[in-house]
Amino acid sequence: MSDSPAIEFVDVQYRTAENRVLLSDLNLSVQRGEILMLLGPSGSGKTTSLKLINRLLVPSAGRLSVDSRATGDWDPIQLRRHIGYAIQEGGLFPHYTVWKNVALVPMLEGWEQPRIKTRVEEVLQMVGLPPAEFADRYPDQLSGGQRQRVGLARALAADPPLLLMDEPFGALDPITRAELQKEFKQLQQRLNKTVVFVTHDVSEALLLGDRIALMASGSLRGVYGPREFLTASDAAVKPYVDAFRTMQQVFQS
Amino acid sequence: MLDLLLNHKREILTSAGEHLWLVGISMVLAIAIGVPLGIVLTRRPGWKNLVLGANSVIQTVPSLALFGLLLPLPWLGARADRLAIFALTLYALLPIIQNTYVGITGIDPPVREAAVAMGLTPLQLLWHVELPLASNVIVAGIRVATVATVGLATIAAAIGAGGLGEYIFRGLAMVDNRVILAGAIPAALIALTAYFLLGLLQRMLVRVRVHH
Repeated sequence: MSDSPAIEFVDVQYRTAENRVLLSDLNLSVQRGEILMLLGPSGSGKTTSLKLINRLLVPSAGRLSVDSRATGDWDPIQLRRHIGYAIQEGGLFPHYTVWKNVALVPMLEGWEQPRIKTRVEEVLQMVGLPPAEFADRYPDQLSGGQRQRVGLARALAADPPLLLMDEPFGALDPITRAELQKEFKQLQQRLNKTVVFVTHDVSEALLLGDRIALMASGSLRGVYGPREFLTASDAAVKPYVDAFRTMQQVFQS
Repeated sequence: MLDLLLNHKREILTSAGEHLWLVGISMVLAIAIGVPLGIVLTRRPGWKNLVLGANSVIQTVPSLALFGLLLPLPWLGARADRLAIFALTLYALLPIIQNTYVGITGIDPPVREAAVAMGLTPLQLLWHVELPLASNVIVAGIRVATVATVGLATIAAAIGAGGLGEYIFRGLAMVDNRVILAGAIPAALIALTAYFLLGLLQRMLVRVRVHH
């Protein structure tokens, strides 16, 4: 099982109740321990693909498996506790302190109090929020970057092997974003999670991704390593590479 | 005026007690039915129009007419207070159902989605996220319903269910404003007190969320 892909899409399609096709014939494998970036404009199907993985959405056709088991065969609650989830703005519970936000899933999993305490302190430390200072704050007493850090800590709390991230740094100012991207990259080298990361930002994709899956209007255009991506001949890749090059030139001049 | 209230202190207090009892039982029932029903509607949005529609229809029936119409019913009509509680509960339901529904569906979608994605069961979602975040809107509905019920309960005296309405109807018959006020003033005081206390609860629920 260890060499089988962590997540595998086989001819996966997703249609809305109104029969609008949001995702067609997706074939994609995510290897254990890699960061796979789903890159594309809004409406390209990247968030849809992500939500299919933890069964917030159910495929209309095709087979999607997590750890070699079709998502439909998993108990949805177990599947979701097996997968950390971090989104833009964090989606934190506004009525819970940082501590409770992070401790909730371990608590629901029935961990003993001392183990929860150790773990919450550990993950808060990991995301750069000293517990002594931040544990008792409410989300509205945090900056955008701090909220995002709590969101990441919450996703990591029960130590799930898989992590889904939907533009987690999208709403941050450029400096905070760069900081969090760098820290996340370092963190991942230590944690070695399997990560599917949605972004529309090509430099984020190049910086963080082990591989980049480019999506456009509901289908996958190709999967590339970061170097490969910069030299790929596909017409769909070109605008991204151009944008990236232009940005580089602006910084260099 | 004041000596009328003082001379009949015991009698008025007894009526006020009856009044509180009618309102209290009706509100407990309305909350016990309305909140779960509101929650069910968030899970079965298709039922929303039917349930809220039926409730709005009930609201349009004049209370005096409803009391009268229910009177001939077998078990209900047998006791005036039973009938009054039934009718008051029906009237109190709408704001409670509606606010429960609105409070829960008004929760920031990413917060809800994050909770589901974290693997909360539907009950855990309700307990940890939906009810706490909707609580102040739900209490606002209960507040509106309580104040309205205190007023409506005076009508229950017309079918002999007791309460402060007794004085109002008696005063009307005697064309004596002092007797009317002997019922109306305590009823207004009860309504104001309920309004104030539930407002306090509502502010507390908001504050818990915003600060420690």
